[in-house]
Amino acid sequence: MSTFYFIAFLSIFFSILVISAKNPVHSILYLILTFFTFTIHYILMNAQFLAIVNFIVYMGAILVLFLYTLMLINLNKDSEPVKPFMIKFAGVFGGGILAVALAASLKSLGASDPVILKNPDLGLVKNLGKVLFNEFLLPFEVSSVLLLSAMVGAVLLATKDPKTAA
Amino acid sequence: MGLADILIKFGLILIIFVISLVMAMYSTYAERKVAAFFQDRIGPNRAGPWGILQPLADGGKMFLKEEIIPTNATPFLFIVGPSLAILTACIGSAVIPWGQTMLIGGYPVDLQVTDINVGVLYIFGVVSLGVYGVMIGGWASNNKYSLLGAIRAASQNISYEISMGLSIIALLMLTGTLSLREIAEQQHSWHWNVLRQPIGFILFIVCAFAETNRTPFDLPECETELVGGYHTEYSSMKLGFYLFAEYINMFISSAVMATLYWGGYNYPGMDWVAAHTGPALGPLIGVGIFFIKIILFIFFFMWVRWTIPRFRYDQLMDLGWKILIPLAIANIVLTGVGSTLLTHFGY
Repeated sequence: MSTFYFIAFLSIFFSILVISAKNPVHSILYLILTFFTFTIHYILMNAQFLAIVNFIVYMGAILVLFLYTLMLINLNKDSEPVKPFMIKFAGVFGGGILAVALAASLKSLGASDPVILKNPDLGLVKNLGKVLFNEFLLPFEVSSVLLLSAMVGAVLLATKDPKTAA
Repeated sequence: MGLADILIKFGLILIIFVISLVMAMYSTYAERKVAAFFQDRIGPNRAGPWGILQPLADGGKMFLKEEIIPTNATPFLFIVGPSLAILTACIGSAVIPWGQTMLIGGYPVDLQVTDINVGVLYIFGVVSLGVYGVMIGGWASNNKYSLLGAIRAASQNISYEISMGLSIIALLMLTGTLSLREIAEQQHSWHWNVLRQPIGFILFIVCAFAETNRTPFDLPECETELVGGYHTEYSSMKLGFYLFAEYINMFISSAVMATLYWGGYNYPGMDWVAAHTGPALGPLIGVGIFFIKIILFIFFFMWVRWTIPRFRYDQLMDLGWKILIPLAIANIVLTGVGSTLLTHFGY
């Protein structure tokens, strides 16, 4: 349990650093560390497959692309938009209200019962695969269609329109 | 797990670490000798007999050179870059099964640091993390050429990771496990996976070249266009770490290829040898065979480097996205149909 609290502390600590870092590239690097602590959370929950997939897909691919994009754009001080004081104040106020609402709604739920897995090995590849391809086959396949449509959309956006192209 | 087991694991980790470093050191020597052989020269021959002390001399030189951190670089990340590169290169070896379990005086000694049941995916995780060393170093240098090298490394690694993963899926459909130990055990004697997955192996080796940034895919450090690529600003041992990490990566990826496709520590007639040499020496011979395979792969890496010229960047992307990925998907379909038909007709 103490490991969990330590890792949870690290997750929150790094995620605060993500939003407070001045330099966007540093912020992405903190985000990588945050995702790394998520991987450790999955391992603590004995979900090996999710842990390693989180590691490969999020840390190894998506954040590389984030970093890639950030390295390409111009990050000078003068290109940064200056926000007026009122907008900052409104942001802080709105965020505070949201936090209060969330805290209140969570408090009304009462203490949650800790979930006890019937099968502690559920997160292993073999069990996960069986569950995904038997019980949850339809949602699984439908989500692949969703990914496909996203990919087609990205290709469509990236290709030049033959009518407007000179 | 008793104290003896912990000591054995610790010793094994230490041995593997030292072997990786020594292999990397002598790969630099071998690279120059192989290059000399291909170009009809002699190669390094001054330090020690046949120049075999050359890696030590190079290492000493690296340590004694002046350490430069450019004024406008980000100092912390500038140091993190090469450290991360060498770290990710070294942790990949943890899941590789180096040999069968040895019995020394009746005590079993497992020649694998850890047998996690997602071993193959662990290797992928380490590979995908490897690009951060290059990216962070290249960005922190605050140099246009370094940045271009870093960006090339990032897009190249991501593109080739996909076809590498797809080529592995076809293999996993046949093995039914992600544990490298079990994959190695299934290839007993001569039942090597390369016989069942020749296309998958070719795809995998091409991607391995790209992932280790070796010629013909060494565009991140393409010196004709980018001075020195991502390590332009590096000097001293930090540069040494980058170069060293490349050779360790080569060693690890050779070991992975040998395990996944070329039988690992298995060889024809291993049962006969094991019966005649006993449970301590038999597995050790297997380890020797495994290392011969690894060294052949490293030689192949060098052979290609001194034979094939570098790609242009658009050619690299075309190869990755328009040839390798469709081929890998076709390979998956073929493997699926083939294995279903074979089971259907009762083979």
